[in-house]
Amino acid sequence: MDMSQYLDLFIDESKEHLQAINERLLELEKTPEDMSVVNDIFRSAHTLKGMSATMGFEDLANLTHQMENVLDGIRNRRLSVTPELLDVIFEAVDHLEAMISSIAAGGDGTRDVRGTVEQLKRIEQGEMPNKQAAREEPPLEHAYGEFEYHVLEQAKEQGFSVYEIRVRLRDDCLLKAARVYMVFEQLNEVGEIVKATPPVEMLEEEQFDREFLVTVVSKAPADELQKRLMGISEIDEVKVSMLSIGEPSAESEKAAAPQQPAAMEQAAAVQAEAEAPEKQTAKQATKTIRVNIERLDRLMNLFEELVVDRGRLEQISRELNHAELTETVERMSRISSDLQTIILNMRMVPVETVFNRFPRMVRQLARELGKKVRLDIIGADTELDRTVIDEIGDPLVHLIRNALDHGIEAPDVRAARGKPEEGTVQLRAYHSGNHVFIEIEDDGAGISREKVLQKAKSRGIVSPQAAEHLNDQQIYELIFAPGFSTAEQVSDISGRGVGLDVVKSTIESLGGTVSVDSQPGKGSLFSIQLPLTLSIISVLLVQIAEETYAIPLSSIIETALVKKEEIFSAHNQPVIDFRGKIVPLVRLKDVFAVPGAADDEDAVAVVIVRKGEKLAALAVDSFIGQQEVVLKSLGNYLSSVFAISGATILGDGRVALIIDCNALVK
Amino acid sequence: MTASVQADWKVIAFRLKEEEYALAVQHVRSIEKMQPITRVPGTAHYVKGVINLRGVVTPIIDLRERFGFAPEPYGEQTRIIIVALEDMEVGLIVDAANDVLDLPAESIEPPPEAIGSVEASYIDGVAKVENRLLILLDLAKVLDR
Repeated sequence: MDMSQYLDLFIDESKEHLQAINERLLELEKTPEDMSVVNDIFRSAHTLKGMSATMGFEDLANLTHQMENVLDGIRNRRLSVTPELLDVIFEAVDHLEAMISSIAAGGDGTRDVRGTVEQLKRIEQGEMPNKQAAREEPPLEHAYGEFEYHVLEQAKEQGFSVYEIRVRLRDDCLLKAARVYMVFEQLNEVGEIVKATPPVEMLEEEQFDREFLVTVVSKAPADELQKRLMGISEIDEVKVSMLSIGEPSAESEKAAAPQQPAAMEQAAAVQAEAEAPEKQTAKQATKTIRVNIERLDRLMNLFEELVVDRGRLEQISRELNHAELTETVERMSRISSDLQTIILNMRMVPVETVFNRFPRMVRQLARELGKKVRLDIIGADTELDRTVIDEIGDPLVHLIRNALDHGIEAPDVRAARGKPEEGTVQLRAYHSGNHVFIEIEDDGAGISREKVLQKAKSRGIVSPQAAEHLNDQQIYELIFAPGFSTAEQVSDISGRGVGLDVVKSTIESLGGTVSVDSQPGKGSLFSIQLPLTLSIISVLLVQIAEETYAIPLSSIIETALVKKEEIFSAHNQPVIDFRGKIVPLVRLKDVFAVPGAADDEDAVAVVIVRKGEKLAALAVDSFIGQQEVVLKSLGNYLSSVFAISGATILGDGRVALIIDCNALVK
Repeated sequence: MTASVQADWKVIAFRLKEEEYALAVQHVRSIEKMQPITRVPGTAHYVKGVINLRGVVTPIIDLRERFGFAPEPYGEQTRIIIVALEDMEVGLIVDAANDVLDLPAESIEPPPEAIGSVEASYIDGVAKVENRLLILLDLAKVLDR
C-alpha cells in the first residue's frame, strides 16, 4: 500500500504527540504520583506506535512499544517514577524526535535504538537503569558498507578477530600525524587495518581533533594490541573492543548515531551508500520537504507577475509578426503554463485537513443535543487550493451544526416517523470540471416551506405579494438571506447571531456558490461549489464599444452569432432561442452603460453563460480571444460593484474588468 | 485637528481649480502622471475607474467631481495622487501637484464656516504660509462613500 500521501499527516501528528509527551513528562517529573499524566503519555505513545507501525517505520514502532510497556508498568504501579527512569524515557523521546525529523527530511527513519529498547526492557522487568551504560555514547562510530562487512566476515571465518580501537592522543600532542603513523605501524605488524574514521587521508593531514577509530583484523589478543599502542608516547587512551559481526545488523549497531544532528547525516549516509544492506530504503519512494506557506505564496505572486508579462509578450509578438520571436514566445508560454500547473498543484491540499475535525465535533454535538448522529465522509482526498481550504472550515462547521441542530430529529421523533433512530449526515467532496463540490446531506426533517415563508414575511425579507410567486427552491434559498434564522429557540449550537447569510457571503467571496435543496420529512442537501483555484483563471476577452471585459470560461457554455430577426421579445425582455431553449438576452452595453453609439449590425455576438441550470445570453460587440489572467480585486474602496467580480491586467498594461455572470443570470 | 497642536505638518500641496490644498504626507504613497483609466460601471460619478499601478488595481477618484466642481479636460499638469487610508488605496485626480511643504503648527487654523467652494465637511483646517492659503483635506471624509 502506498502510504506516501499520508506521510505529511503522519509527520505533523507525530510531532504533536512527541510535543505532548515531552510536556507531560516534565509534569510527571514534578508530580510522579499523578496517574492522569501517565495516562496521557501512554495514550500519545500508543497512538504514535500505531501510526508508525502502519507507516512501516519499525524502529519507531519498536521503541514506542517498549516505552508503552514501561508506562503501563507505571500506570499499574508496578514501577515507580524515578529520575533515572525518566532519563531513559526522555532518551527514548529524543530518539523518536530524531527519527521523525529524519523522516521529515526525506530519510527512512531507521535508527539504532536497541540500546534504549534494551534499557526499557530491563526497566520493565524491574531492574533500575544503569546510569553508566545509559550515558555511554561514543562520539565516533564506524559505519560499514556491505563490502567492508564481507571482508570482516571472511576474516572472522579465517580465524581472525575484529577489533575496534579507539585511540585518543594527548592534548599537548604536537605531531599528530606522526603518532597516527606510529599507531598504524604497530597495528600493521600484528594485523591489518580495514577502516579508519576519520579516513586515513584526513588523519595524515591532521584533520581530526584528538580521537580516531580504527578497525583492525588480527590474530593477536586484545590486550596485546592495547599494550603495543600504549607504548607509543603522547597517547592518552586506547580502548580496544571486540567487534561481533555474527549478528546480521551489526553494522547498523555501529551506525548508532550520536545524539542530535546525526539523524539527517545518517539518512544521507544511507542514501550515499547505495549498497548498504538496509532493507527499508526501497520503501521511501517519494521524498517530501516541508516548505513555508509564505514562500509558496511569494512564488505564486511572482508567477502572477510573470503571467501578466507573458500576456504582454504574446501581444507584442503578434504585432511584430516575427517568426523567431513568435516561436520563442510560444515556447515560453507553454513552459510557463506547465510551471503554472506545478505551482497550482503545490498549493493543493486535501480537504481532509478540514474534514478530519468534524467526526469529533459531530459526536460531541450529538451528545449535547441528545441525538444519535452518524457522520459519513466521502472524498476526503479531494484537493483544493490552500486559500480556499483556509476559508472553508467555518462555513462547513456552520452547515454541519445546522444539520445536527435543525435537520436531524431527536431519536424518539425519528422512531415515531419510522426512521432509524440514528440520523446520518453525509459530507461529500468531489471534483467536477473546474470546480470542487462539497455537499452536506442529512436525512432529517427537511426544511419546512411554510415556516420559512412565514419567517421571511415576518422579518420583511420577502413581501407577501412576492412570496406568492416563489417556487420551493426559491423559498429554501431565503434561509441564506441576512437576518434569517429558523431556530425556534436560540440554541447554543447554531443560533449565535451569525446566520447562513455569513456562510453564503464567505463562500461567494471565494468565488463559489452555495445552494440548498430539501424534501420535507426526508432531509436537506446543502451544496457548495468552489473554484479549483482562485488567482489565475481562463477568460474570454470581449469588446463592448471601446471597453474590454473578461468573462470567466468556467461560466461560458458557448459563443454564437445571433441574427437580428432571431431576437424575440417575451415579457418586454429580449430573448433568443438557444437549442430549443428560451434564453434571456442581456445587452452588456446597457447593463454597464458603456458610452458609444448604439450598434445596428445585422448579427449580435452573444456569449451563453450558465448559473446552475439557468442560462443567459450576454450580447457583446466582438470576441477578442481566450487568455489566462490573474484575478485581482478592485481594492477595498470599490468593495462591491454590480456584476463585476474583479479585475485583471492585460498584456498592454491596461485593466480589464471581470464579469460576474452569476449576477447577470436571473 | 489634534495633530495641529502637536508638531509641524509635512504636506503635499496640490492645486484644484484656483485653490491650493494640502494632504499630510503620511497618507501619500506616490504621485503619478495621468494614465489610461478603465471605467468601472455602476459606481459614483466621481469614481473615474481603475488603473494598473505597478500591478495593483487602484481605484481613481476625480477630486473636482468629488467636490462638485465642473469637470475639466485633463492636461499636462494633471496628476494622480495615490493616497492610503487604513486598508484603502485610492488615486485622486488633481489639476497639479508640485510642492512638499512644512506647515508650522501655529499656521494652522480651524476651518472657517464657509471657505472657498469646498464643503466645510471635507476640510480639516486651513494654513497660511507666507501669502499662500492652503486648505487641509480630511482624507477620511473625502474617501467616505
